[in-house]
Amino acid sequence: MVGAAVNGREEVLARLRAARGAQPREPAEVPRDYRPAGATVDLDLLVDRLTDYRATVHRCAEPEVPGVVDAVLGGRRIVIPPALPRRWLPASVTAVTDDNLTTEEIAATDGVVTAAAVAVAETGTIVLDGAPDQGRRVITLLPDVHLCVLRAEQVVAGVPDAVARLDPRRPLTWISGPSATSDIELNRVEGVHGPRNLHVVLLAP
Amino acid sequence: MSRTFLGMPATAPRGVGHLRGEEPFPAAARRGLADPQLRRNLGHATTTIRAKSGAVIGELPDWQALRAAGSAIKADVLARLPELLEQLEAAVTAAGGTVHWAADAVEANRIVTDLVAATGSDRVIKVKSMATQEIGLNEALEAAGIAAVETDLAELIVQLGEDRPSHILVPAIHRNRAEIREIFLRAMPGVDPSLTDDPPALAAAARRFLRETFLATRVAVSGVNFAVAETGTLAVVESEGNGRMCLTLPETLITVMGVEKVVPTWRDLEVFLQLLPRASTGERMNPYTSMWTGVTPGDGPQAFHLVLLDNGRSAVLADEVGRQALHCIRCSACLNVCPVYERTGGHAYGSVYPGPIGAVLSPQLTGVEDNASLPYASTLCGACYDACPVKINIPELLVHLRDQVPHPRSEAAAMAAAAYVMDRPALYAAAQRAARLSRLAGRRGRGLPPPLSGWTIGRDLPQPPPRTFREWWAQR
Amino acid sequence: MRIALFVTCLADTLFPAAAEATVRLLERLGHQVVFPPEQTCCGQMHVNTGYSAQALPLVRRHVRTFEPYDVVVAPSGSCVGSVRHQHPAVARGAGDERLAERAEAVAGRTYELSEFLVDVLGVTDVGAYYPHRVTYHPTCHSLRMLRVADRPLRLLREVRGLDLVELPQAEQCCGFGGTFAVKNADTSTAMLADKLRHVLSTGADVCTAGDASCLMHIGGGLSRLRTGVRTVHLAEILAATERDGTTGRTGRTAVRA
Repeated sequence: MVGAAVNGREEVLARLRAARGAQPREPAEVPRDYRPAGATVDLDLLVDRLTDYRATVHRCAEPEVPGVVDAVLGGRRIVIPPALPRRWLPASVTAVTDDNLTTEEIAATDGVVTAAAVAVAETGTIVLDGAPDQGRRVITLLPDVHLCVLRAEQVVAGVPDAVARLDPRRPLTWISGPSATSDIELNRVEGVHGPRNLHVVLLAP
Repeated sequence: MSRTFLGMPATAPRGVGHLRGEEPFPAAARRGLADPQLRRNLGHATTTIRAKSGAVIGELPDWQALRAAGSAIKADVLARLPELLEQLEAAVTAAGGTVHWAADAVEANRIVTDLVAATGSDRVIKVKSMATQEIGLNEALEAAGIAAVETDLAELIVQLGEDRPSHILVPAIHRNRAEIREIFLRAMPGVDPSLTDDPPALAAAARRFLRETFLATRVAVSGVNFAVAETGTLAVVESEGNGRMCLTLPETLITVMGVEKVVPTWRDLEVFLQLLPRASTGERMNPYTSMWTGVTPGDGPQAFHLVLLDNGRSAVLADEVGRQALHCIRCSACLNVCPVYERTGGHAYGSVYPGPIGAVLSPQLTGVEDNASLPYASTLCGACYDACPVKINIPELLVHLRDQVPHPRSEAAAMAAAAYVMDRPALYAAAQRAARLSRLAGRRGRGLPPPLSGWTIGRDLPQPPPRTFREWWAQR
Repeated sequence: MRIALFVTCLADTLFPAAAEATVRLLERLGHQVVFPPEQTCCGQMHVNTGYSAQALPLVRRHVRTFEPYDVVVAPSGSCVGSVRHQHPAVARGAGDERLAERAEAVAGRTYELSEFLVDVLGVTDVGAYYPHRVTYHPTCHSLRMLRVADRPLRLLREVRGLDLVELPQAEQCCGFGGTFAVKNADTSTAMLADKLRHVLSTGADVCTAGDASCLMHIGGGLSRLRTGVRTVHLAEILAATERDGTTGRTGRTAVRA
């Protein structure tokens, strides 16, 4: 048990220092000649990219949101995050607020309605950051329908814009279309473990 | 087992994990080559992915700039690896996680097994991870009475089919839909006997099968795609949602990470999140990417352990040319463009890392003597280098490793003799004439001795010309 | 222009027609060709098989031989690739920085034939006549190490009488790979089989390329199958004219069936 005298941490670090050469280096200058953040946002591109990956997009003004929710989830039982604006919900849905519901309780709902933190037009991606109008990660995972309400000013042009806007200390979920797999003959098939239906309501600017 | 010295770079130990094949590549390749169904499946799948990837890469005007940035970030990581890992450890710890260090597969397996045992759970759910396959974690857990359930669809196909993965990204790429249906009907408990081979139906069957397991299992094991040193943030890039299930539902999350997965800054993810999906599945963005920093009170696992794994990486880092193999972000673009992989399939490479990157990574992790045939499993055509999103010069690495491989004595003698003759023009010209006159090889070379007889299994040798060029030149 | 011919050991020994055609072509375009007889082999086979130490004297010889010339031309993408990408590395690997710098200087003046014609001489119509249906295989090292891109095709399109047909999946390797063809013979022939299938699907009677090595491989396969399709080096096509009557059937082209 010679190795027992040295713990794994010191051993790994010593190996890596010996391999790299003991002298620590200054951070290198990384060439970042790719397109930076700050390009003009193209909402039509977002819609196009979301649709391309089988998300259903609804564009409307905010007062019309309950109508969309009704069309998608009317008559169903849904879970909502604690601070979801209630004005978005029609009377036709039964909304259960996630107040530390059990996974079984969440799994038993038909859908979930949330807001979002950021959306990336170029990739058709929505990012949730666990804010009170988006809730815990689990509520957007177990129900089969996820309806996400997006404000136009939350849309950014590209990935660098999104990274700049997000706070890495929050739990982040980047969502690009419904759950999918490419495991069968490398063809994309929508609908495995996450919600099989993703609806994005894009509010008019 | 080779002797290791404390604190010195070391290769991955023998007898544990899946980095070494049972036979040399040419012998193992023969099985794949002889399987026409496999060839068709691979041909179809790689053609599909090449087209998809090419299309979405073509949408980006700055792909080459992103590649350059990705490559530079990874080179910077390797130059500062110990410091960045210490920074990562501090950030993860500050955010409520616990960091463990494993010098090799044996230590990593022991750490994870102990952590699972401490929870009292006899089952873990797993999200696809190359690192845990590399170290043979499932076998180690099983030996300790802990069942490891693979939740990625392809891994599930492999597990139910009692098969081995053959691709980094799509481990069941060697199976077509009809074969997958057969496997599900045979091995998936409770499967609907009227299951069709329609891919959405197959995916739905996996959803039903795994749902209960996701909800009832208290411990998950994952790998990681990127770990940000400055913030302690980890990222898992996936498609199906099984990753989100594993990273969100259990009480305890254990993540095993090869040390090279660290990146310096949060901002660096803006590069890799553009490179990886387009090079990998050929999507603008994969369906789900999860990022977490330590423990978030009230949301997700409340116990988080990060296991930092060496297992030969220090030995790779010690080779100044070879270390660029550690840039790899496991996208598998090099597999999808490799004409050798397309014909032999992934099993021929013996290791969990198949294809061109496997041919340069596995021998370095194990020491070249344990994977001596892999650096030769390439024509050096260079398609992998062009496809690599972080610009790993795989052909250069292959040649570099061939220089380190123990050579067969007869080959070494022949090469030395050839070099001797070629450094003496008069001898060289005489040898040219001798080769022409002797016709030792017989008609079209069909009488060549091994190993040269390999040439004539499907090819004739050229007829020697009546005169060499230099004879023609001299007579002008 | 005075051009040193880097003949390559393979063309010198087994495919002199390609080298002779290179000489005829360059002379026809009004240039002087010299052949430094001290040249033998660039050492690529040694480097690629894992014998860079044995390649060192060959690198030294190559550098010494071609150092005096302003321009070096070879009818091979692969060998020029070795000179550009491997020679300096072999020298550095042996700790000989001076040789590495000299090798870089020679590499900077060394061109593959199609590069030389299009980039240095600025010609695409070399006055050739070749009345055949031809398909072009862009060899891996020409394509990816040298990035000759469409230069050979631009040259072929200007050849009178030539019917150029596109090769399906042209950019896939033919499976040669030097010693790969012997060490991994089964995989190599599987790759070759697909290449041959694509060549035959074009209906071409000639398959051309800028590398004798790949042509030897493809030609060996075509010969074994008794297809009647010939392999002919790009230089031979570009050197052919109405006057010399060598409309592709010289005494001996490259590998023939």
